Amino acid sequence: MSTSSTVVLVLAVFGASAVEMVEALTLVVAAGVSRSWRSALEGSAVAVAVLAVVVGGVGLPLIHYVPINALRVVVGALLLVLGLSWLRKAILRASGHKAKHDEDAIFARTTTELGAGRAEASGRDGVAFVVAFKGVFLEGMEVVLIVVSLGASQHRLGIAAVAAGAAVVIVAGIGALVARQLSQVPENTIKMGVGIMLTSFGLFWLGEGAGVRWPGSDLAILVLIGVFLAVMAGTVGWMRSLVPPPTGADAVDATGVAER
Amino acid sequence: MNSLTRVARSFGRFWWDFLVGDTPEFFVSVLAIVAIAFAIRSVHVAAYLVLPSLTVIVLVASTLRGRKAGDVPDHEH
Repeated sequence: MSTSSTVVLVLAVFGASAVEMVEALTLVVAAGVSRSWRSALEGSAVAVAVLAVVVGGVGLPLIHYVPINALRVVVGALLLVLGLSWLRKAILRASGHKAKHDEDAIFARTTTELGAGRAEASGRDGVAFVVAFKGVFLEGMEVVLIVVSLGASQHRLGIAAVAAGAAVVIVAGIGALVARQLSQVPENTIKMGVGIMLTSFGLFWLGEGAGVRWPGSDLAILVLIGVFLAVMAGTVGWMRSLVPPPTGADAVDATGVAER
Repeated sequence: MNSLTRVARSFGRFWWDFLVGDTPEFFVSVLAIVAIAFAIRSVHVAAYLVLPSLTVIVLVASTLRGRKAGDVPDHEH
């Protein structure tokens, strides 16, 4: 396995984990603010622990007991489905055909829903625990799939898990610093980059597992990334021209990929 | 409904949303790409040109379908 593909693996896992954790953190902060910080943090911690067990419990047996080519075809297909769906959504959002993910709106809706029956500031609250647990667990499951898929197919489960963990720590740290400013994170741009990497990895592993010999071996991943980057840029530009002229504050900005 | 059934349903729903969701064309297309990869794997030039080309076509076609469908709420990834 070349250094370049390991770097791309780390970037893909880190980016995917960061995007999902931004979404999860919105729910955790909402549960903490409106109900109980203690329970929200406990729910998050338990969810992260369960996800780590899933990575170890599913990833390690995959590496040791499943034939590598079969694993690569299945993993490649899964990554390709996931990568294409992320890319599609990111292109639609960047070109103005779909509303962008609005963390502010999700935060406001969640705090309103949770507002009633607020627990004492120092007490435990079951609702806050469950909301935080579900938010982190459900968003994290997609990251687990990416970690296990990329890590197992390259025999780099440890590196993939560390990259995902680093993203969780960094996003949580930023979340603690900026509190409710998560809407400033350029989520669609990150999603687009990760979508390109997942699609490239997925197609590469799918082909490898099926017996296709890619020119340049692992370097073909970088070529595929370049191809999908060019396709994405061209498609966004083309589809932006199909949007009616923007009016007022809803206009997509000049770069088209910045969130707001 | 006992807890085991509930867990099984949640598990099934997660995989359905993940694999099919609101873009069933990706699931079907990727299965076709897998089959094509096995069929043409020995024709190296064709394989590494055909697979990316098919993937690009699927992506652009599905994105266009999304544009025509409009901004409908969907499962957030």
